[in-house]
Amino acid sequence: MSQGNPILGTSPLRKEGRAKVLGATQYIDDLTLPGLWHGTTIRSTIARGRIKSITFDPQINWSEYAIVRAADIPGENSIVHLTRDHPCLAATEINHVAEPILLLAHPEKSALLAARSAIHIDYDELPGVFTIEASEAAVEALHHDPNATSNIIWSGSNSGGTPNCFKQYQMHTGEADETEDALAAAFESADFIITGEYTTGAQEQLYIEPNGVIAECDIDPATGHIRGVTVRGSMQCPYYLVHALALVFNLPEENCRVLQVETGGAFGGKEDFPSVIGSHAALLAMKCGHPVKIIYDRSEDMAATTKRHPSRTRIRTAVSRDGKLLAGTIDIALDGGAYATLSPVVLSRATLHAPGPYKWPHLRVRAKAMATNIPPHGAFRGFGAPQSLFALERHIDKIAHTLGLTPEEIRRRNFLSTGDRTATGQLLTEPVDMQHLLTRALADSGYHARRDRFAAENPTSRIKRGIGIAAFMHGAGFTGSGERRLNSLVHLDILPNGLPQILVSSTEFGQGTNTILCQVAAEALALPYDDILIHQPDTTLVPDSGPTVASRTAMIVGKLVERAAHQILTTLRTHASLPTPHTRAQFIAAAQSYLTRHNHLRASTRYQPATKIHWDDDLYRGDAYPAYAWAVYVAEVAVDLSTYTATVTRFDALQEVGRVLHPILARGQIEGGIAQGIGYALYEKCVYQNGHLMNNQMTNYIMPTSADLPTIHVYFEETPSPHGPGGAKGIGELPMDGPAPAILNAIEDATGIAFTAIPLLPEDIFERLTAYTTHPHGGTEDLNPATDLDTETESPRVSA
Amino acid sequence: MRSDPTQFALTAPASLQAVLAQLAQNPGTHIPIAGGTELMVALAAGRLPRHSFLSISHLPELRFIRITPDAIHLGANTTFTDIRRNPTIAADLPLLTLAASWTGSIANQNRATLGGNLCNASPAADTPPALLVYDATVTLISSGAAPGEIVQRTLPYRDFYLAYKSTVLRPDELLHTITIPRAYSVHRHFLRKVGTRNAQAISKTALAALALVSESPATTSDSPSTTPCARHIQTIRLAAASLADRPIRLYATEAALQNASLAPAHLDATLRRARAAFATEAHPIDDIRSTARYRTAVAANLLEDFLRSLTT
Repeated sequence: MSQGNPILGTSPLRKEGRAKVLGATQYIDDLTLPGLWHGTTIRSTIARGRIKSITFDPQINWSEYAIVRAADIPGENSIVHLTRDHPCLAATEINHVAEPILLLAHPEKSALLAARSAIHIDYDELPGVFTIEASEAAVEALHHDPNATSNIIWSGSNSGGTPNCFKQYQMHTGEADETEDALAAAFESADFIITGEYTTGAQEQLYIEPNGVIAECDIDPATGHIRGVTVRGSMQCPYYLVHALALVFNLPEENCRVLQVETGGAFGGKEDFPSVIGSHAALLAMKCGHPVKIIYDRSEDMAATTKRHPSRTRIRTAVSRDGKLLAGTIDIALDGGAYATLSPVVLSRATLHAPGPYKWPHLRVRAKAMATNIPPHGAFRGFGAPQSLFALERHIDKIAHTLGLTPEEIRRRNFLSTGDRTATGQLLTEPVDMQHLLTRALADSGYHARRDRFAAENPTSRIKRGIGIAAFMHGAGFTGSGERRLNSLVHLDILPNGLPQILVSSTEFGQGTNTILCQVAAEALALPYDDILIHQPDTTLVPDSGPTVASRTAMIVGKLVERAAHQILTTLRTHASLPTPHTRAQFIAAAQSYLTRHNHLRASTRYQPATKIHWDDDLYRGDAYPAYAWAVYVAEVAVDLSTYTATVTRFDALQEVGRVLHPILARGQIEGGIAQGIGYALYEKCVYQNGHLMNNQMTNYIMPTSADLPTIHVYFEETPSPHGPGGAKGIGELPMDGPAPAILNAIEDATGIAFTAIPLLPEDIFERLTAYTTHPHGGTEDLNPATDLDTETESPRVSA
Repeated sequence: MRSDPTQFALTAPASLQAVLAQLAQNPGTHIPIAGGTELMVALAAGRLPRHSFLSISHLPELRFIRITPDAIHLGANTTFTDIRRNPTIAADLPLLTLAASWTGSIANQNRATLGGNLCNASPAADTPPALLVYDATVTLISSGAAPGEIVQRTLPYRDFYLAYKSTVLRPDELLHTITIPRAYSVHRHFLRKVGTRNAQAISKTALAALALVSESPATTSDSPSTTPCARHIQTIRLAAASLADRPIRLYATEAALQNASLAPAHLDATLRRARAAFATEAHPIDDIRSTARYRTAVAANLLEDFLRSLTT
């Protein structure tokens, strides 16, 4: 350590922080290229049907415009995913509202507005399938009558898809038949059988910067052949877009260049969607011979791009009198939207997180992702885990109430600990201490004293207060053998000035990738943090270090950077007489001396699975994740009986995430995730009507503001993990998982009412609190999205 | 941006007279625009019909806060920030200061005007319930027959709205002044907004109330629950947002509460009468933000919260 000061565990300034604070950062809409045209997307206005005709109003001079339809696509009309069901542009079949049909480009952005309203598309409309239940009913009808296909909206696939169902998983705690027998026996003899059904809604990522790209197409002027395409944009996964462009343009991947520009937030919403908008812009660039920029506005981004999968989870548990989980069945259904996209992967994470941090002697999890005529649901921080953990953590409280145990005690009696096996059979060899996490979380948050105080005060107060907990974990990195398949590669170069530069495709989108990777390199190389450079991702220069998703960057990519740094040191110590320990000057001198002799110095490291990680994709058994982050969250709520509003009044979040690399960034990740979780639980509702998202602007899609958020207390327990650099594990998604169940558990503590669905809005609380008998009213189901008593502008008359 | 700004005409006449002259010349062809915070949202969403806009935001004649011994006069261009920063308004008309603090963001408050808030005529707007219980009057101006002549008419603000998003303003008229009496120093003031969240929210409902509580004998004693010398409501004004197609005064509820007793023995009866009267005049709708059932129930709860607060 030349400076003698550790860098990991400190909080240096973010690499790109200065430019962002000074407003100097150039986002995609700040950039331009010579001769740039602007593109726009003509989308379906129906949820399901066939295109009958497309008419272009002759009052527009269409020769000024580039127009792309499905037939113009040089390669395959498909966005690359596990299944090739997702068209780049709809040719005849329409499967969701806002499905792209035509692309237009023009040198003047304003000319696109007039053109948009001069294109008329006629459809043969079919009735849409908008819910998991409607999609299941169609499958049921098909079982009875093979000709009953009228509501089969998705036919199946060669990767495990069946009519209306993109994917199914079945997971058992042991050999399937034996487990089924044990389940049957346990449910036969258990003291208590407790069942519950839990549902969660769609959620919009609401990154600050909407999706946007600029594309260029290089056409050989002599032959007219496409030599290559280049796309710059706001995104998480540049190599995903390379794969997409290669398919759409039928080009070798090396001729598809993708550059990530500074990205204003993503949260999963820019994982796979840039493949769509990037392909669209590149097609327009091909057609018009100019660079083309497409930037969505907020309304288009919300109406047309991915959201979190809505879910329905049914849990049945056999429990002993003393509160031990004996057996369980968990049935998860996700609403995948119109195309498979990432649903099989989201479903996998939902399945693997469904058992929670508990010991299950016998458990079966069945999961399926159903097709609906809603725009495809996709990646969003948590990626399936928030849905199944919401269900489980509400259900654990239900068990506690049924048995007369406290929420604390029921969890203590069932927690996994070191040496136990998870539901997939994974042996927990690294230390896991949920008992301690729970003890500390309750102590640090003053849980017991507050719970007692609320119980005393509530009877005489119009404000009912309550406190709830959630215990959970989140797997870091790709599931099972996923990391082995990704086979990530990292380069670390020494530049002519003797200082290092990291080359990865891992992207910065506000979460701190640049900063932590540079910290890791600085610590390993014993150089100052400011000496480390990281290259902006450009697929012609950076290797594929995997997608920036799945809480994998710190642990997996960070470890590769650390290993590359150690390689550099070994090289310099062996071949350039770098002493141990060394100073910064000695490092630079050794590096430059090496470069004089060898011209370049690069360390490349590739992912090496820990040999003990085994995963069986067919049986869904084995080591589901290399490591888990563990957490206990405590939410306090106030429910106002005058307004039926539930407000989170305090939040305490304790997590064990391995070594914390950058305390300020880590704290920010946790606070931000909790804020998103509060929105998920109490505010954010996607209101659909016939498949149209009706509240596709921030006026009516209600994201909590700082005035709606409590003080969030963040605590870390640091148990170094062997998997990540300096002992780090993943952290990004974890805080999304716990808030919703903790909040609804707190609302039950406050009101005595067991709500089972989120988002839980005041209208829903009102209907339950005031319902003396069963009534036909549905709370927010009664919202009339066609009407807005405030914002209509029929004949605005604004005077002074 | 779903509108093409080049398709909209925007002119900024040099004087108030020039604005009024243009409005009078071709009534209905021009729309005055002040802060523009409503119109810009509609423009960006592509919902704004094409019109010629006359900017009035630069006219100093319309931006004033004039304090007289009896009243506060607010020019139509008074911004929400102007209102929030004025200590006399905060002291005399606390509900107006409170309502102004709720509207939009700080950036909105710096641009948005009180006149725009009233003329936009949203039933959910933040300031109308406060102005209704304060019994404001509005002064409207237009061009007179003689060159440069300005004629004016003044009417109670409670008569300003005709229907959903519709006001008594003629196409050639501008709102000039909002006048509020300084007469509420001994009153109890109440305003609560229930929005979709705690900031930057549109009301699901809001209730404003102003009451004079008396311990002295009631002036009339025809109501059976009125007990002379007991604590009772001497006068009360109530107004609400999002309970009808326009901001409304709750006249029936006010009438039911006139001289109503607040004595512990009578409070339940008073509350029952208030709720019964309230039910006759609350006519909210289901829309994208809330349901009619919720709006009615919550506004009635707020009324009860206010009445209970008067007992102490």
